[in-house]
Amino acid sequence: MEVTAQPQMPKVWRAETKPHKFCPGCGHGIVLKALGKAIDELNIQHNTIFGCDIGCSLLTWDFFNLDTIQTHHGRTIPVLVGIKRVRPELVVVSYMGDGGAYAIGAQHLVSSANRNELVTVIVVNNTQYAMTGGQMAPTTLPGQKTETSPYGRDIKLTGKPMLGPELVASIAPEGAYVARGTVSNVMQLKNFIKKGLENQIKGNGFSFIEALSACPTNWRTNAAETWSFIENEMSEYFPIGELRTPDEKKVGEKRKVTSNGAKH
Amino acid sequence: MDIKPIQDEKRAFMTGNEVIVWGALAAGADIMYGYPITPQNEIMHYWTRLVPKYKKDFLQTEDEISAGFTTVGGVLAGKRAFTATAGPGNVLMQEALSMAEMMRLPTVVIVTQRGGPSTGTVIYSQQEVNLTCFGGNGEGLRIVYSTSSHQELFNYTIKAFNTAWKYRFPTFVLSDGYQSKMREPVTIYDPEEKGITIEPTESLLGLPGTPGVERDPAHLRNTYNLEDELYNVVKSSVKEYNSIISKIVEYDTYAVEDAKVLIIAHGVVSRAAKAAISSLREKGIKAGYFRPITLRPFPDEALRSLVDNVDHIVVAESAYGQLENIVKNNLYGFNIPIIGYLRPGMGITPEEITDFVKAELSL
Ligand SMILES: Cc1ncc(C[n+]2csc(CCOP(=O)(O)OP(=O)(O)O)c2C)c(N)n1
Ligand code: SF4
Ligand SMILES: [Mg+2]
Repeated sequence: MEVTAQPQMPKVWRAETKPHKFCPGCGHGIVLKALGKAIDELNIQHNTIFGCDIGCSLLTWDFFNLDTIQTHHGRTIPVLVGIKRVRPELVVVSYMGDGGAYAIGAQHLVSSANRNELVTVIVVNNTQYAMTGGQMAPTTLPGQKTETSPYGRDIKLTGKPMLGPELVASIAPEGAYVARGTVSNVMQLKNFIKKGLENQIKGNGFSFIEALSACPTNWRTNAAETWSFIENEMSEYFPIGELRTPDEKKVGEKRKVTSNGAKH
Repeated sequence: MDIKPIQDEKRAFMTGNEVIVWGALAAGADIMYGYPITPQNEIMHYWTRLVPKYKKDFLQTEDEISAGFTTVGGVLAGKRAFTATAGPGNVLMQEALSMAEMMRLPTVVIVTQRGGPSTGTVIYSQQEVNLTCFGGNGEGLRIVYSTSSHQELFNYTIKAFNTAWKYRFPTFVLSDGYQSKMREPVTIYDPEEKGITIEPTESLLGLPGTPGVERDPAHLRNTYNLEDELYNVVKSSVKEYNSIISKIVEYDTYAVEDAKVLIIAHGVVSRAAKAAISSLREKGIKAGYFRPITLRPFPDEALRSLVDNVDHIVVAESAYGQLENIVKNNLYGFNIPIIGYLRPGMGITPEEITDFVKAELSL
């Protein structure tokens, strides 16, 4: 009898809705696998609320055996904040694209990070607006061609790619967890997501993980080119690693901001 | 509800914004999410002062988009969540409220109308009727109570929570800056002592049992792949909305039995309209008054049943025809002249209405 290897699905994945609806080669499935594994390992299927944004992330509205709320473009964080504030026993996960997080929903990201809201945010960075057909996003690389930057992104006119984790790391108070992983290193990405979930469960603070991801459909790349774009071009601009951990030990003493202003 | 905020009846003399807070407390509201805007600010101010005593919650959000969506979150989590806004804040909130409309979420929003368009004034208007009744990219499947006094602010704030949770449509208390800021006597009470049952809430997410193992997961969405899927969802919402209209509509009438001139007004302007009736009658004009309390759904049958012998309809409002258009829509097929006393952002007195009616009808 021939034995074919079956891909191992995380337990929390909903088998009835698989195969999933992403394009072949899409990075979303890999990020969701990392998230699924992290949820399995933490044993939090019974109390996790999954929130998905508008963008290709919305295709996850029936992806997990988790209570799920599909929201509006950029608005997943406030919906989950609203839930978490009244049901602190729940673990809430906001799953969104780079456009949703850094453009239309940036105010929610900034303010919830600043308030150290107990939510875990996962942002899938595919350097463009995928669902709407590949327009320029805040994360589009310099010179990268998209439907709205057909001659390549001109950073003089449109700014430099947004560094989401760096932004969050610079404003989130103590207790925050901030990291950037990549679909090209799933084990590490899973560990980052797991830490981000644990950080919420422990009540430490805001947890934020960006995942460098692939969109071969809009990039119009084959497998080798896709891999190379993530590994070389994206990783070059978006450094992988942890930016903030709640147990970070700082050397030296910085002046504390006082309510009397800067002079004291 | 650990501590009853109100025991027995209490007479009080307070501002409308304070009355709204007591109404929300009496209704068992759990959390307010809000963003500062005049003239609703004091709702947040009073609420935050009472939060610790009654074990309630408050979150000041980064904008009204967030206030709307956090309210949606609170409701999904099974709590009586509410927010309050006005003017440009009401504009920003429509995105979340259209999600609430699509998903039948019992959000409660207090709207204290201010002058518009744009930043307008922070004072008063009735210009948020269209926005509150029909805002968003939907069909206006909402319930909107337009209040005219502090007693009504209290009563309808309680009712808004109950209606929202009973019928699962976004529900609004449409007030205005005058009602927010002025003081008036009011009787506050514990609704349950008056035989008003507080509708129970229900969690839509975070249910007991492991999803996929002990029960199906709650997969809630507002986006659909196919036209037919969406059509069926909207159709069933419309059907349900239409089926509850008769249980929800409310209106008030005065001196309508022999009325030849029917004055229609809502909210605080209806007080002037009602007061104008007696002075018009003293001058021999057979005037009557009709006031929709629910602007959505509109008491169309009640209005139509009144107008058979009416020669003229006068709509008085602090807006440029928002109520007038609703009235016209609902009187389609009736051949009665409708004239508007339309004063966007301006208060309206009984004398003005009386003079206008006399002048317009050349009486
Ligand atoms: C308020 C609003 N504006 C615009 C859109 C259209 N829209 C749908 S998906 C999307 C882009 C999503 O891009 P991103 O968040 O990066 O997710 P991706 O599809 O790339 O995973 C946009 C602009 C919308 N749904 N709502
Ligand atoms: S368009 Fe891009 S991001 Fe969306 S499913 Fe396809 S590959 Fe994935
Ligand atoms: Mg994207």
